[in-house]
Amino acid sequence: MTSKEQILASIRENRVVVDTKLPSYDNFGMKFDDKFEHFKKMLESVGGHALCIKKEQLDETITSLYPEVKIITSNVEGFTKATFDANAQEDVHNLKDVELCVVEGNFAVAENGAVWVKNSNNKHRGLYFISENIVIVVKKDEIVNNMHEAYERVSFNNEDAYGVFISGPSKTADIEQSLVIGAHGPKSGYVIFVD
Amino acid sequence: MSSKHPLNAKAFVANDERMHWHDKALWFVREKRDITSKTIPEWEQLREYANSIKTHTMANLDKYLVEFEKNAQARGIEVHWAKDAKEHNEIVYNILKENNAKKIVKSKSMLTEECHLNPYLIEKGIEVVDTDLGERIVQLRNEPPSHVVLPAIHLKKQDVSDTFHEHLGTQEGNYDPTYLTRAARASLRENFLNADAGITGVNFAIANTGGFVVCTNEGNADMGANTPKLHIACMGIEKIIPRLEDLSVFTRLLARSATGQAVTAYTSHFHGPVVGGKMHIVIVDNLRSPFLKSEKYQKALNCIRCGACMNTCPIFRRSGGHSYEYVIPGPIGSSLATFRDPKKHKTLSFACTLCGSCSNVCPVKIDLDAQLYNHRQDLTQQGIIDSKKKFMLKSASWLMSHPTLFDLAGKVARKVVPLLPKSMLYTKSNVWGKNRDLPQMPKNSFKELYKKGIEDDK
Repeated sequence: MTSKEQILASIRENRVVVDTKLPSYDNFGMKFDDKFEHFKKMLESVGGHALCIKKEQLDETITSLYPEVKIITSNVEGFTKATFDANAQEDVHNLKDVELCVVEGNFAVAENGAVWVKNSNNKHRGLYFISENIVIVVKKDEIVNNMHEAYERVSFNNEDAYGVFISGPSKTADIEQSLVIGAHGPKSGYVIFVD
Repeated sequence: MSSKHPLNAKAFVANDERMHWHDKALWFVREKRDITSKTIPEWEQLREYANSIKTHTMANLDKYLVEFEKNAQARGIEVHWAKDAKEHNEIVYNILKENNAKKIVKSKSMLTEECHLNPYLIEKGIEVVDTDLGERIVQLRNEPPSHVVLPAIHLKKQDVSDTFHEHLGTQEGNYDPTYLTRAARASLRENFLNADAGITGVNFAIANTGGFVVCTNEGNADMGANTPKLHIACMGIEKIIPRLEDLSVFTRLLARSATGQAVTAYTSHFHGPVVGGKMHIVIVDNLRSPFLKSEKYQKALNCIRCGACMNTCPIFRRSGGHSYEYVIPGPIGSSLATFRDPKKHKTLSFACTLCGSCSNVCPVKIDLDAQLYNHRQDLTQQGIIDSKKKFMLKSASWLMSHPTLFDLAGKVARKVVPLLPKSMLYTKSNVWGKNRDLPQMPKNSFKELYKKGIEDDK
């Protein structure tokens, strides 16, 4: 018997667990009158920031948030200040000096300040983590109430084999429970909603 | 008492100041959990959903594992099955060898701790670096993690500073957590960029999509999985859930129960390798399937490793994770360990006041206090418990089954105890007397008061 067969046989033998029905999430979960406001509050509580601007203001807004950075990569339409083409790189290791990445977020979740980033236009998954800072751009009306609504919108096909909910910059509290923003991933994070 | 947990706890408690500090640190996390859970009106319903999803999954575990394998393979993920720790380690090593991978970055995985993967690989000449900050700290100190979510909760910043000074060359005496975290970041970034492979655990594997989810705040799993070309994910058979939408329940419960956060900074969904890379999943049993046969303990398999039961446990908070001497400490670890190896872990189910707080905070509603209570009965029946404890329990049981004698003993005690010198209590043989005063003896027994009450009511 292979190990697989042994494990499955061990599971089937004498199993006494009584079956229960799986829940349905139709119209389930908390809802918000002002989804943006709640999203903003939740994101700020974990060290991130949320803004709402017009699409034409992307360049000036991001430049004013990060006046110092030189190596910027972006695949967001309407943002023209990119200096580095991450997608042209064969190897993700070449992205190690990126100071700012500006990426598309598919939608935001009000209940926990997370953004679903699937970003099919981005070649390297590592970009969101290797970059020193991150700006995620989301369409203004793309905010759902809760994670049940969120998963209704999540799917995977073979070309898009990866997706991540990102809430704020990377962080840790492993040393005496002191919150430190910027662990292995970005040290700062903005979510910019555009009209 | 000649048993492990009490002895280990004694050593931990000996440092009174540190014990109280540890207690407070964990209570702080528990309070954050309370605050955040109360912001969700449907919290109890979520727990109920989580309970039924897990129970349903366990009743159909074979079906969902096979479905997961089929879907994962269709996505180009290679699936392996390991019946025990040894086979798990061999599979991981062989994948590394085939790919000529010598430097490994690992993200927190209690399963690989359970299988002792690190020493196994290191012995074979492979460099393994734990990348979660807490894990890295304890790895450098050659210690196991003391908590499933907060691996270095037992350490103070001075300890971390000393460790980093020795191993990473940080300034001596610089205790600033930001400074120390930045130093670890810089050092680990080198490891990420030079790694040949990343190993991660699995928080949830999804049967109907063939992918899996890893949750971290630091982003270490993502750096480790997405920078090298090779990603190996190791999961216990119990990590499977049926449908993608069921993740909504668990992602809402996990971080809130663990640390009081609404969600972890990163909830990554892996459904295939990076472009031009390879992805492997190792599905491990290692004494998990026998839980399904036990009506009393089967729910222990539903655990999602949030650590809430540890944070709330009055014993854990005052004895520290290492005192349990098991990969998963605290209430859930006590039940898992005792079921798997009752002789070795015979003291753990007694490291419990039966206060029930663990069951009250458990996001998947595991009957933890009932399990620990049951373990005590089972250990007694199997004749495994300590001889001194056995004698005490037998004597008490005998006395209580003789009401007249019991009343008499009470009467004598009420008269005699107030006259006793304190030296009677503070002897070496009476472990209970430590840190306790002689009890104030009431004039009447409860039974007498109760009878009197009935007469008064008439």
